[in-house]
Amino acid sequence: MKDVREALMIGRNSEGKLVRRPLSPFMLGDAYRFQISSLTSILHRITGAALGAGTILLALWLVCAVSGDEAFSIIQAFFASWVGLALLFLFTLALFYHFCNGLRHLAWDAGKGFDLPTMHRTGTLVFVGAIVLTAVFWVIAFLVW
Amino acid sequence: MAQFSLPQNSKVGEGQTHKAAPGAKRVKAFKVYRWNPDDGQNPVMDTFEIDLDKCGPMVLDAIIKIKNEIDSSLTFRRSCREGICGSCAMNIDGTNTLACLKPIAEIEGDVRIHPLPHMPVVKDLVPDLSMPYAQLRSIEPWLQAETPPPPDAERLQSREERAELDGLWECILCFCCSTACPSYWWNGDRYLGPAVLLQAYRWIADSRDEATGKRLDALEDPFKLYRCHTIMNCTQTCPKSLNPAQAIGRIRQLMLERLG
Repeated sequence: MKDVREALMIGRNSEGKLVRRPLSPFMLGDAYRFQISSLTSILHRITGAALGAGTILLALWLVCAVSGDEAFSIIQAFFASWVGLALLFLFTLALFYHFCNGLRHLAWDAGKGFDLPTMHRTGTLVFVGAIVLTAVFWVIAFLVW
Repeated sequence: MAQFSLPQNSKVGEGQTHKAAPGAKRVKAFKVYRWNPDDGQNPVMDTFEIDLDKCGPMVLDAIIKIKNEIDSSLTFRRSCREGICGSCAMNIDGTNTLACLKPIAEIEGDVRIHPLPHMPVVKDLVPDLSMPYAQLRSIEPWLQAETPPPPDAERLQSREERAELDGLWECILCFCCSTACPSYWWNGDRYLGPAVLLQAYRWIADSRDEATGKRLDALEDPFKLYRCHTIMNCTQTCPKSLNPAQAIGRIRQLMLERLG
């Protein structure tokens, strides 16, 4: 630690000599069990970061679209390939997860849904909602395609 | 700053194994975090095999049995053994709780016991709680009022006003919640943590307290209050079934309301 808590890492042994204390184990998954509380939270962060990266791909697609036929056909071919489709699929999954859990955060900000039974129910709903919305999106996408 | 692994001197090794007596039928292994400031070694996990037929039902019963019968150097805090003093807070089977309220029967497989997470260790299962105690002092957890009290009576509250404090006054300051919070692990130098924020709200919500404005001013800070990201590990783990996340949410709403 590089902050004021550092001072508390110094202790004394039985002879009064200074010793360095260990930090107790803490990491999620290893020392601290993953629960729906921390799981939905960490996934919100991961999907948020993924959406940020995904938006760069979207911008790249737009840039190619205005750069002329050749560039546009390259990017179209990339997004139609398995790799491109997989990326788009993960992007939509992240988007719908972040959207559903975002609604949950909105409710919390409005002071609602803090009790444990509701928190567990909405947490499960976020996973169900993200999967269902992604599935519906891709069924429609392939029908239109 | 975010820290994702233990420092070199804190990595946990394998310790000794103390076998159960031959003939024991219901044997359960307790893996207990040990660190001794006198031996200059890294922490280790010692294994103690306990015959459940000769042990009380709670995890605290087992560690008291270990201290009495197997290794008297095992160090931990305990006092009331009935969930009201908050001394025996520790990380059991991957979540924080009070050892006296945690039935051994609820735990599948070996029982892993660590001190409260991301805290300096004094010895074995005893964490240094100086930081959260100092933070508790910083929110001035006592009744503050300009109005003098009635000369011949207490300051009175209606039943409704008193009910506002339910779910807040019951907190025993065991710090299970604060040490379950990833935000507190990573920003505990400046973020007050759920336990202290619940205490802050306990005085904000008190109809007799007249320092609400000052209390909210003190919390208006990017770290002290707003490092809560509603992870909800606090509420999930509270051994008294209180809701620190909700208390933090209420403080934030009051912050908004007073902006008009």
